[in-house]
Amino acid sequence: MLRPRIIPCLLVHDLGLVKTVQFKQHKYVGDPINAVKIFNEKEADELIVLDIDATVQNVEPNYQMIAHLAAECRMPLCYGGGIKTAEQADRIISMGVEKVAVSAGALERPKLIEEIANRVGNQSVAVVIDYRKKTGLFKKGFEVLSHNATVVHDVDLIEFAKQMQDAGAGEIILNSVELDGKMSGYDTKTAELLRFSVAVPITILGGAGKYQDIADLIERCGVLGVAAGSLFVFKGPYRAVLINYPTVEQKDAIIESVQF
Amino acid sequence: MIKIIDYGLGNVQAFLNVYKRIGIPAARASSAVELDGATHVILPGVGSFDHAMTLFNASGFRETLESRISRNDIQLLGVCVGMQMLADESEEGTMPGLGWISGTVRKFDSSNLKTSLRLPHMGWNDVASDGKSPLFEELHGSARFYFLHSYFFDAANPDSVLANTNYGQTFDCAVGNGGIYGVQFHPEKSHHWGQAFLNNFARV
Repeated sequence: MLRPRIIPCLLVHDLGLVKTVQFKQHKYVGDPINAVKIFNEKEADELIVLDIDATVQNVEPNYQMIAHLAAECRMPLCYGGGIKTAEQADRIISMGVEKVAVSAGALERPKLIEEIANRVGNQSVAVVIDYRKKTGLFKKGFEVLSHNATVVHDVDLIEFAKQMQDAGAGEIILNSVELDGKMSGYDTKTAELLRFSVAVPITILGGAGKYQDIADLIERCGVLGVAAGSLFVFKGPYRAVLINYPTVEQKDAIIESVQF
Repeated sequence: MIKIIDYGLGNVQAFLNVYKRIGIPAARASSAVELDGATHVILPGVGSFDHAMTLFNASGFRETLESRISRNDIQLLGVCVGMQMLADESEEGTMPGLGWISGTVRKFDSSNLKTSLRLPHMGWNDVASDGKSPLFEELHGSARFYFLHSYFFDAANPDSVLANTNYGQTFDCAVGNGGIYGVQFHPEKSHHWGQAFLNNFARV
């Protein structure tokens, strides 16, 4: 049967890998290609690499870096960062990347997702939704953000996810800005809300601090993508940089609870 | 020599990387003349059926491959949409397929799928083979491969089914007819299982 996907998510900033806390406090954690090689050896289910500079600097995706990543990556690769046109997405997919992830580009122009899906197929288009809970006495619901959580968009989280699905997105990646780097557990409640709202595969990112957090999410939400940054690059209470990933036996134990 | 057909779609480099790692000579073929000396070829493919067929038909590979296939002096493996192109037709498009392995490419019926099963079929799933095909030598039992698709190959002849996978329904994930093979999963992205599979293909 299909298994949940356990996915390291790597952030690229100034050509190096960084890990953030609530999208801030960039901590350098190493070289992207070196990290890919380690995850190859550990046989990770999939890899997400997000260039967090491209959109805010308003530059083209770094094709040279992407080609290098694609050539090294022995597992399925999802790349995101700075994609604004179907041509760019097509070029990236042609390099041997399995999926492109789009966030700001889709919020600014939702039709982009339809254009990309028509060009490369919906199986290769993921939409990343960065969100946080609205704060304030009478505020309810969520804010949807882009540009490393510096731009707020006037859309409803679930309605936007549905709109993206209808436009042709083959996957929705839900990313909690508040839980980023906190290692305190996933926002399982919002994950569950999204799960019942869309019919495409979903991936949840933000908050994982231990393998049990992944198990808890899977137990609640079934077969889905479970992504994490800090969990797979830090070890121990002092957050020493050490790339790690569950073994096949550990993975089987994590997904034990899933209802197939 | 294994040649990976480069007609503008699919991850040619990923196949080359696997063969490099296991020490089997392989190279990219960017035009039909570069198939000279090839004993095995891999036909990758991603995206929509019609787009892939259009590019492939315009690439000039088809005539050369068909003449070599008719002389039975080449082994061919289609991967993902490259597998689907081997069929007669696809529900995804209007263009005819290559018809090298008789069958129809169909869309998963989402009404058959439980709420936990979504489209596209994305991720790692079990591949069950009866172990008769040399392609699955050492791979029957618990082999897992990476899938990323919404359409599947439905072989017209049960004898051409080499392995199947379950996703709401059982479907043909590997087919073969003479020296022509196709797999829906991505062996080039399936870690040690995929490596073993591509090693087996190099030896058929």
